[in-house]
Amino acid sequence: MIRLRACLRANGALNRRAAQGACKDESRSVVNPVFAQYNHGRSVSLETQQINSSFDEGNNAPRRQLQAGVTLTQRYLIQEVIGVGGMGSVYRARDQHFPNVVKLVAVKEMINVAPDPAVRQTIIQNFEREANLLATLNHPSIPRIYDYFSQNDRSYLVLEFIHGKDLETIIAETDGFIAEEQAMLWGIQLCDVLQYLHSHKPDPIIFRDMKPSNVMINNNNDVILVDFGIAKKFQVGQKGTMIGTEGYSPPEQYRGEATQLADLYALGATLHHTLTRRDPRLEPPFSFNERPVRRINPAVSAELEAVINTALQYNPEDRYPSASELKEALFTAGRKTGMLSRMPTTSLPASAIKPIWSFACEDEIRGTPAFYQGSIYIGSYDNNLYALNAADGEFQWKYATDGGVVSRPAAYEGNIYFGSEDRRLHVVSARSGKVVWSYYADDPIRSSPRIAEGHVFFGADDQYLHAVNVTTGRLAWKFETTGAVRSTPFVAHELVYAGNEAGDLYAVDFRGDMKWRMNAKRAITSSPLVHGPMIYICSMDGTMYAIDAKNGWVVWRFRMGKGSIVSPAALDNMIFTGSADGFIYAVDAQNARELWRFRTEHQVSGSPAVSRDAVYCGSADGHLYCLEARTGRLRWKFATQAAITGAPLIYDDIVYIGSTDRRVYALLA
Amino acid sequence: MIDFIRRLFSPKPNQPIVENATTAPLNESQIQSIISGATPRFDLQQLVAACGQSVGKQRELNEDSLLAITTTLAGNSGNTPFGLYIVADGMGGHQFGEVASNAAIRTVAGHVMRKFHPYLFNLKPEPLEESLQEIVLAAVTESQKVIQREAPGSGTTLTAALVLGQQMTIAHVGDSRACAIYNDGRIETLTRDHSLVKRLEELGHITPEEASNYPHRNVLYRALGQGEILEPDVFTIPFPSSGTLMICSDGLWGVVTETDLARIVREASSLPRACQGMVTAANTAGGPDNISVVLVQMTV
Repeated sequence: MIRLRACLRANGALNRRAAQGACKDESRSVVNPVFAQYNHGRSVSLETQQINSSFDEGNNAPRRQLQAGVTLTQRYLIQEVIGVGGMGSVYRARDQHFPNVVKLVAVKEMINVAPDPAVRQTIIQNFEREANLLATLNHPSIPRIYDYFSQNDRSYLVLEFIHGKDLETIIAETDGFIAEEQAMLWGIQLCDVLQYLHSHKPDPIIFRDMKPSNVMINNNNDVILVDFGIAKKFQVGQKGTMIGTEGYSPPEQYRGEATQLADLYALGATLHHTLTRRDPRLEPPFSFNERPVRRINPAVSAELEAVINTALQYNPEDRYPSASELKEALFTAGRKTGMLSRMPTTSLPASAIKPIWSFACEDEIRGTPAFYQGSIYIGSYDNNLYALNAADGEFQWKYATDGGVVSRPAAYEGNIYFGSEDRRLHVVSARSGKVVWSYYADDPIRSSPRIAEGHVFFGADDQYLHAVNVTTGRLAWKFETTGAVRSTPFVAHELVYAGNEAGDLYAVDFRGDMKWRMNAKRAITSSPLVHGPMIYICSMDGTMYAIDAKNGWVVWRFRMGKGSIVSPAALDNMIFTGSADGFIYAVDAQNARELWRFRTEHQVSGSPAVSRDAVYCGSADGHLYCLEARTGRLRWKFATQAAITGAPLIYDDIVYIGSTDRRVYALLA
Repeated sequence: MIDFIRRLFSPKPNQPIVENATTAPLNESQIQSIISGATPRFDLQQLVAACGQSVGKQRELNEDSLLAITTTLAGNSGNTPFGLYIVADGMGGHQFGEVASNAAIRTVAGHVMRKFHPYLFNLKPEPLEESLQEIVLAAVTESQKVIQREAPGSGTTLTAALVLGQQMTIAHVGDSRACAIYNDGRIETLTRDHSLVKRLEELGHITPEEASNYPHRNVLYRALGQGEILEPDVFTIPFPSSGTLMICSDGLWGVVTETDLARIVREASSLPRACQGMVTAANTAGGPDNISVVLVQMTV
């Protein structure tokens, strides 16, 4: 009914307009360069099918695919077909040698149908070559090979099963364009694996079939190069057979020459396709420079477009001479546009950074140091709180509790406040380490104390948020929550904010009355950061929340790959955090847009700290990373011997960090 | 000679200025001017809004649509000001411009108000599943679909502000604008025009002077209802507490200078009068296009 009326009105308007003449209303129009190409791109998947099926020429007999439920060599239980390649199908199978866990593998099948015995022999040789070649390779972007065998007219290769999608599918399924930084990251990873292949000894390996459908993106958002069926050990000067996918291959590959440069051209073509959604197989060959990336997708930076243009030059000598130079060019473009999210962790020698001093405790350090009047205070799992000279790391005193100390100490008027697994909040003299008073909670204290308004606020596993008088140690109030409080309270806007293990974030006023409560789906171990009118906090549900500090409304959510116990840090309009997915993130505070992400080698559970224009953050991979705040570019990293779970402290251009290798390090910021 | 001049112009030390040191009682007109100059005070923070619209002097149809909803959410954390303000400007060169702007307003407001319905009208609201930015983004995406279905080929701008407490979440497509008009006469444009001319200016291809005379000033590169890919700008910023939020179509901001807009707000005795003043100013300047304006203030 409403719709009908709308149409009538519309028609009325249209008729009036027709009577007036259309030219009068030309005052506003919309240009949409994207629209036309978008529809164009829709037919891509169909075309791809055709191209795939053309590989099957010369074999008119219907292919007999294995049915689900068939077991190969009494070991690999076929589950389903996941792809159809040139020589046969690819299956997902379960490896039954591991009965208690579901171990999935990819089984690549090659059906030998050639009537000529010599050709059959060549096919088997090719297959075994692929198997042997793959078995010698060791790179995170190359699938591992587990096994290979032949049965009757079929040969099988058993490979790592990759949880993810191929890039062609991702391009087709993405609404709009894939983000530039994303394409750049994948491009850098592809350069990295090409660099590895091209420097293979004794002979370089030319992949020869770089295209989106041969690039898998796994659930970690990392690229895996698949289908090494035609990858060929390359002997310099020898002309190879002409294989490769039309559209992605460079001119010289059509003449039968395949060199490293051909892979780089195809990588350029793959990036062009990724950013423009224009399948080069549907375009005239070598026409990339007639449709520059930015004409189709204006959001792409001129810097990245220039790199892709160079990679796609007609003459090989005009292109980047090696994968490492293409990679460097991508990095440079990323730095210029501030889009760079990730640097290869191999780009800087980790050993270049020497600590100013280090100090060894008797057990792991999981907490964060505090600086007070020239000394560093840090707790350890060896039950002690240590006082060290900040300048040289000299031991001053230690204070023994009856449990591990994981919290960050707080300092106030000559005293140091810290919680312990022994359920107590200890207050000791900063100078002598003598006890001043202590306060008992009912369960371990893992939350760090926060001192404000004459009180010390902290949480405990007894589910309470405690407010204790800072000088007398007398309880002012305790606020009951529904779960252990391990989050460190933040005091601002005359409210105390803290999360708990039941996933609640509370705002409590100075009388201990709840002002508001916000609920996340999983535990909030992370400590709230109040920055301007907002609270930023992470949850084990894998989300960083921006919450209106006044009333608890969730303004935005930022999703990460895995849960997070990281407490965010802020610089201007940027919020930094990390997650168990191994990334350090920078997010725009206004709109939750990801500015960059940096990949570490393991979970990020320690919180970042900001100083000047740099972000410092530890990772369970044992490194402390120093990243440029605006770009995420790695400045340096420092290797400790074990996971870092605490946050760094930066004071006077010195970074102090504890590691589970039992040491505290002081480094030049 | 120079010393003499210096002595002549240098302030005399140790001679206190006494003329204005005592406080004289204010006369009636001084008191009135102070009262009228001060913003009315309430003991609870709340929003005050007004709007104005005109078809202009040169168009026969109004293709603009606007919406203003102002209330407070009562709750545990006190009274939270709540407001939803939208201006949409339908595309003249396309069919059904007014259908598009109308559908945009209804769909966006409908989606947002449905989400807040329990907070406004139910006794025990369930917490929202989505963030404010997600709600606003979903509302815009929904209206994009509705426009493509109901009025294919048409397009509209959309500038919507969801005010909740002291924060406002803005969704924006096209070249209508949200601006903060501060009490000192300064105007800050909070949104970025999705127009070709603005883009050229941002890229440094043309100067702001050239931009104001650019022949294709009305060409948009992003509009609701156009294209399959729609990326509205969505962001959250503090409400301009010491000023006025203005959302308007280009029929106003393209015609009346910022100085005049700020002056109208400053001199008007009330927000509705300010809206009226703005519409009149645009019509006086020729009224080449439809005019829509919403003004919002936060009282403390």
